[in-house]
Formats: sequence, C-alpha cells, structure tokens
Amino acid sequence: MILSVASGKGGTGKTTVSAALAWAWKAPLDLMDLDVEAPNLHLFLDPEIEACEKAHLEIPTVDASRCTHCQMCSKLCQFKAISDMGRTLLIFPEMCHGCGGCLAVCPEKALKPGLRELGEVCWGQAGEQGFFMGRLRVGEAMSPPLMREVKARWKRSGQTQKRDLIIDAPPGTSCPAVNAVMDSDVICLVTEPTPFGLYDLKLAVEAFRPLGIPMGVVVNRYGVGDAAVFDFCSQAGLPVLAKIPFSRSLAQAYANGRVLTRAEPALVPLFRDLADQLQRMGRQAKEVPGDA
Amino acid sequence: MREIVILSGKGGTGKTSLMGAFSHLASNFVACDLDVDAPDLHMLLHPVNEATQDFFSGHEAIIDPGRCTGCGLCADSCRFQAVDAAGAVFSVNPLMCEGCKVCVTFCPEGAIAFPERRCGNWHIAATRFGPLVHAQLFPGSENSGKLVALLRQKSREIAGSRDLELILCDGPPGIGCPVISSLSGATLAVLITEPTPSGVHDLKRVAALCRHFKMPAAVIINKSDLNLGVSNEIRSWCLHEGWTLAGEIPYDPAVTQAMVHGQALTEYLPSSAPVRIAVQNAWKRIESMGHDPKAV
Repeated sequence: MILSVASGKGGTGKTTVSAALAWAWKAPLDLMDLDVEAPNLHLFLDPEIEACEKAHLEIPTVDASRCTHCQMCSKLCQFKAISDMGRTLLIFPEMCHGCGGCLAVCPEKALKPGLRELGEVCWGQAGEQGFFMGRLRVGEAMSPPLMREVKARWKRSGQTQKRDLIIDAPPGTSCPAVNAVMDSDVICLVTEPTPFGLYDLKLAVEAFRPLGIPMGVVVNRYGVGDAAVFDFCSQAGLPVLAKIPFSRSLAQAYANGRVLTRAEPALVPLFRDLADQLQRMGRQAKEVPGDA
Repeated sequence: MREIVILSGKGGTGKTSLMGAFSHLASNFVACDLDVDAPDLHMLLHPVNEATQDFFSGHEAIIDPGRCTGCGLCADSCRFQAVDAAGAVFSVNPLMCEGCKVCVTFCPEGAIAFPERRCGNWHIAATRFGPLVHAQLFPGSENSGKLVALLRQKSREIAGSRDLELILCDGPPGIGCPVISSLSGATLAVLITEPTPSGVHDLKRVAALCRHFKMPAAVIINKSDLNLGVSNEIRSWCLHEGWTLAGEIPYDPAVTQAMVHGQALTEYLPSSAPVRIAVQNAWKRIESMGHDPKAV
C-alpha cells in the first residue's frame, strides 16, 4: 500500500510525521521524498545514499539545414517554447514541457531530441527501509516531471508488491501536490489548529477529494490556535487520527533534527496507533478499489 | 519603484505572519499575495474585493466518446499518461492533462475538443493598510507561474496609477515555477528561515536561486531562539555568502494568537513585546535596503 503524507499549508509537520511513521511502521517499508523543491526527509532519516542519477526532460533541438519554416511545430507548441522568426527557428528550452509534439509533427525531421536537466534522483537505505528522493535543479521551474522520475525509480526496485511506501508530498493544493498523492491508497493530511492551517486544509481536501482516496487528518501543534479545525473535520466526515501536542521542547527537538518518537518517548504509542490506523485504511482501500 | 518579495524555500517559516506585520508597518504601497496555491494573507488583511476576474490558463483535451473510434493513438502519443481506455473508447484524466494539444493534433477522427481551462480567479481589493492584489487558484489546478506574473503586472499598474512607490509581495514556498515567476522584476528578496535542519537546507536552496537570477536578498531568522547553535550557523553563513541579515525574531506563541484574531502581529502584540520590536527593526532594515539597492 502507498500512504501519502500531505498538507495544503507548508510547515505543518509533513516531514516530522513521515519520519515518525517510518519509525513506527511494522511492515516492510520504503520512503519517498517528493517535495523535490525543498526535500528534507533525508535530514531526519540520515539514509545511506547508494546512488544519484541526473534526470532529464526530452526537449527539441533544431537541425537548421533541414528546417523549411513550415511553422507546424511553433503553431502546435502550447508553451511558447518554439518561435519561428522567418529565417531562424528559436527554441526556448526552459519553457518546454516535454510533450514531444514538435518532434512528432515536424514533416522534415528537422527536430531532434535533446535533454534538459531537471535535477537528480537519489536512492539508498535508511536502516531496513528503502529511501528515494528527488532534488530539483536550482533554476528549474517544473517539479512534476522529476517527481515522475522518482516514482519510476521506485517501481524499478521490483519490490513494490512486497513493501509499503510512505510519500512525503510537497505542500500546496495544485498540480505538484496532486501529482504526488494521486496513486496512493490513503492520504494523511497534516494540519495545525490555526486559521491558516484550516484554510489550507480545506483547499487540500477539495483538491484531493475527486481522487476518491480515503483521507485522515493529523492535527499537529495541538493546543495552539483554536478548535475550528475539529468542527471542520467532523462536518466533512474526515477522521482525526492523531493530535500531536504542542510543546516548546518538541519544537526544539525538531530544531535539533530529531525524530519525535526518539526525542519524546511519550509519543511512541501515538505514532504506533497512527501507523496502525493508516495501515488499516490503506489495506481496506486496496482490497476494495474504487469503493473509497 | 521597489518590489520586495518574501520567500523561504520551506513552508511554514512565517512568511505570511511577517508579511502581515510589514503591511502594517509600510506606507504608500500595494500588497500582493503571490502564494496563489494556498493564499493566507487575506486572513490578516481582510480585503474587500473591488474587482474580481476569472483566470484562464492553457487548454485541456476532452474526448467526445460519440466520435472516438478507440484507435488509441491519443494514448500512445501522450507523454503525461493522461489518456486511458474507458471501455471501448478513450478518455482524458483532467488532473494529468498538460494541455499540450498533441492528442488533439493526431486524432484521426477530430474527436478531441480543446477548450480553455478556467484555473481560478483574482481580485483587486481594499484593506485597512492599502490596496491588495490577490488570487485563488482552483484546488488541483496547474500552479501557474502565469497567475503570479499576472498579479505582479496588476500590482504595478495599481502602484503606477495611485502613485505608490512600493510593491510588497508574499511569495510561495519552494523554488519552482511560481517562485521563479515571483522573482521576475523584483528588486529585493527577503528570505525567512528558521533555525532547524529543514529551514537551513531550504534557505540555501532559495538563496542559490536568488544568486542564479542575480537577485539581492536579505535573510530573517524567525524563531531564532529555538536553536541558538543553528541560528549562529545561519549568521556566519550569511556573512560568508554576502547576504544581509535583516533581523532575528524570537519565538513567541502569541504570534499564533495574533493570527487567530486576524491581526498583524505588530497590531496585536503590546509595543513592549520583544517579537514586535524585532519585527519593527527588521522592517526598518529592509526598507532602507529597498531604498538604496547599492546598500545590499
């Protein structure tokens, strides 16, 4: 089963929860950091990285001697990545989404595939658990293609049927966040009981609900802010799976890069219980696909 | 005209709380919320919208099942795995469709429509601190740098027509498309970090992005007393890398209370509160930098 740990608002504790769940998980498990713009899970799990590989997007390059300036490519391109200047065909590699349309449509075979570096995919071991992450190249705008490459690397491990997977998803409620969680069996939404946390939780629920994946909520920093998030969850039929109490000492443990279950033994039962609930939700969803 | 953008790399470091406070402290400016994905500034500024418009971006492919013959060319040509068989015909998953038009172009039956995609809406609003330009992308929509660029453009128009000299922007988290778009045309980036492993890691990434685009930047360490050792590291890193340290703000749970009350923390907290004083000092520093880019 695949569990995604997601949130609308950033900084609510996705990585904290992912790391603590990894610690409490009973079945064989792999971990994946898909927050490729700001990947942090490795800072808490300290995995042994076995290899990193550059990931690329296929983009066009032009063979000027064959181009007849028919403009079929520039007219097809929806992303302003190709512009025909009459005598020169200009390609703007950073604008390209890698759809391959220009390569397919060119009647002269004047466009050849080239590559744009998206970033790197790294993998290794965190103890018994497999670890996968993406790191977007600084200056690269598009994260979903790199996220696809990280998922593809995990699938190539050949262990996907035998092992569970926890995905640490990027924040937000748009394309990258939806891409990260869309093939999960269960989504754990991490929020905080504040107006910002609640507003962004609502957006996340609205974004993910069409996927038909069961969702549960973890309220982090319980005790700060107000109680409105609990009213929302009960109205929306979202189970609150855990409340992680706020304390300055927990905030400091996090600041020291410590996994919460190690820093605060009193939280061990909470995360064991959370892991059990999420495993149950995920397995049920997997057994009855589409019935979520 | 100065255009200051607040960024952080990591989410939840306090961008919007500080943006709210700076909006309270600044004068003669237009505020702009560029986190179109999860915009929160409106909960502090309580805007009254004066104008609202739809935001369209790109197109989406929709297969007419009545005309689809099930040949599957569309699925073969789609690089985004957005086309799936639905019984004897094919259909497009709108969440995965990139809007590239390749399937539309190659469908031999002309069975694929390609309408414009409505992705959200944007507003020009009045607040107690001045005008605000903000937006809401529909949940699940493509996080378009285009909407960020549009908000920037509208902010410039308002600043021009109302004779305002500053555009103050609350930026999105991360370092990808919307962040890159928010930096275009800015005069100063303010990077909010926290003394945690993630805060530092992501600060370095967003700072590298600023360097990549030759953007001057100032750093603020929020919750600086949560880990004095890491705060020290950030301080020496700033010195070493040549970034201005604009301020260090201690941790105070009352900042959350200000948010719960829908107020800027400088409005809510007493004038003697160390957090409030630290934020005021940081703003003074940033304002002076914004006035004289050579001081950066």
